[in-house]
Amino acid sequence: MFEDFTHSLYKCFIVKNRYLLFVEGIQNTLLIALVAVFIGIAIGMLIAIIRVYHQQTGKLKFANAICGLYLTVVRGTPMVVQLLIMYFVIFASARNGIPVAMMAFGINSGAYVAEIFRAGIQAVDKGQTEAGRSLGLSNGQTMRHIVMPQAIKNVLPALGNEFIVLFKETAIVGYIAIVDLTRAADIIRGQSYEAFIPLFTAAFLYLIIVIILTQLLKVAERRLARSDRG
Amino acid sequence: MIEVKNLYKKFGQLEVLHDITETINEGEKVVIIGPSGSGKSTFLRCLNLLEEPTSGEIYFLGQNITDKSCDIDKMRSKMGMVFQLFHLFPHKTILENITMAPILLKLMSKKQAEEKAYGLLRRIGLDDKALTYPGKLSGGQKQRIAIIRSLAMNPDVMLFDEPTSALDPEMIGEVLDLIHELADEGMTMVLVTHEMGFAREVGTRILFMDEGRIVEQNTPAEFFANPQNPRLKSFLNAVL
Repeated sequence: MFEDFTHSLYKCFIVKNRYLLFVEGIQNTLLIALVAVFIGIAIGMLIAIIRVYHQQTGKLKFANAICGLYLTVVRGTPMVVQLLIMYFVIFASARNGIPVAMMAFGINSGAYVAEIFRAGIQAVDKGQTEAGRSLGLSNGQTMRHIVMPQAIKNVLPALGNEFIVLFKETAIVGYIAIVDLTRAADIIRGQSYEAFIPLFTAAFLYLIIVIILTQLLKVAERRLARSDRG
Repeated sequence: MIEVKNLYKKFGQLEVLHDITETINEGEKVVIIGPSGSGKSTFLRCLNLLEEPTSGEIYFLGQNITDKSCDIDKMRSKMGMVFQLFHLFPHKTILENITMAPILLKLMSKKQAEEKAYGLLRRIGLDDKALTYPGKLSGGQKQRIAIIRSLAMNPDVMLFDEPTSALDPEMIGEVLDLIHELADEGMTMVLVTHEMGFAREVGTRILFMDEGRIVEQNTPAEFFANPQNPRLKSFLNAVL
């Protein structure tokens, strides 16, 4: 029994240096998720500000309409389909799928992040903006120095949740021939005729990373909560 | 210092301010009283354009601030505003609350702004709170910080929007004392309040608003001793 197990381990990790496939897979997964998070935050913040600004002043009508369309399309279609369209239609000539995946996930995440930020900005008391403006700060300065910091603090738990979802959702990049953690496990499963070990290894690694991510977010939350304790 | 000409303000169909023309001179302490919904807060908020007038003109230091080409941010930096609910910035320390605007607007260096802030904090006896966050303070302390936050900008006029209405009774005194001091030092101020005793003591002129109009105004002594308008009479009967 024990010998069987070690033999299976040997087949999954050592033969033909198969463990390297896991290393490559986890690198790609992390890389895609990390870059996508930053693209998502940038897009999300921009859209949230445009939408709130439109709501408050009635200006930027055209930009607001575009943002609305983007949110509807991105949230109304499956991520896999978006990924396939990006790879096989929009960037059909791309030879490397990784940048395409980064972009596809970033654009997808941006829509959700935008709604999170919008809720966060709107949850900041209007008096904060009025206090900032009445001190002579511009709209932009008030947003940047007064409203945004409080909004980010409000939305950090929701934002963390979105990052975790995004990270796990990258498991579908195998569709466009990228070897990520999931794809690596699946390849080894096919080569070694062992299903249990590679798949559980992948699951375990995802879990570990999510736990680390959760802890990091807790630290960030605690740091931002400094002002609550005085 | 402030000149208001034919000011109207509507929220949708509701007319909140009706044809107000009024001048506030340097050194005056104008107190606005009136029943709730009479438009007194809206009037005050129009003076620094937190509410945009529907029509009419407002001049501050000779400049038409209702004109689109006017740099309203710059004009606002010369008008201090104190709110009913203080609106300190909860994510900033007390010191940062006070120094933020002067530094961001490049009116002072960081060092100058902090010196000024500590001077003001010492004046109200809260210099030991400089590095704490607003959440730690009592309402009265918060409002006094909000007042000196405005003072740090060296404003030409101070607008007070019911500065003591949200305070516990025992904290009202400390805030009124500070406002009283500023008045004695010659600060021009416009004050919306329900504190009649304070209005009489500090005001140089009292306006009574009702249904979006200034229906009566007078010196404090005359205003309270000799009200003319029947609406004012019944209001004073109810609150005094």
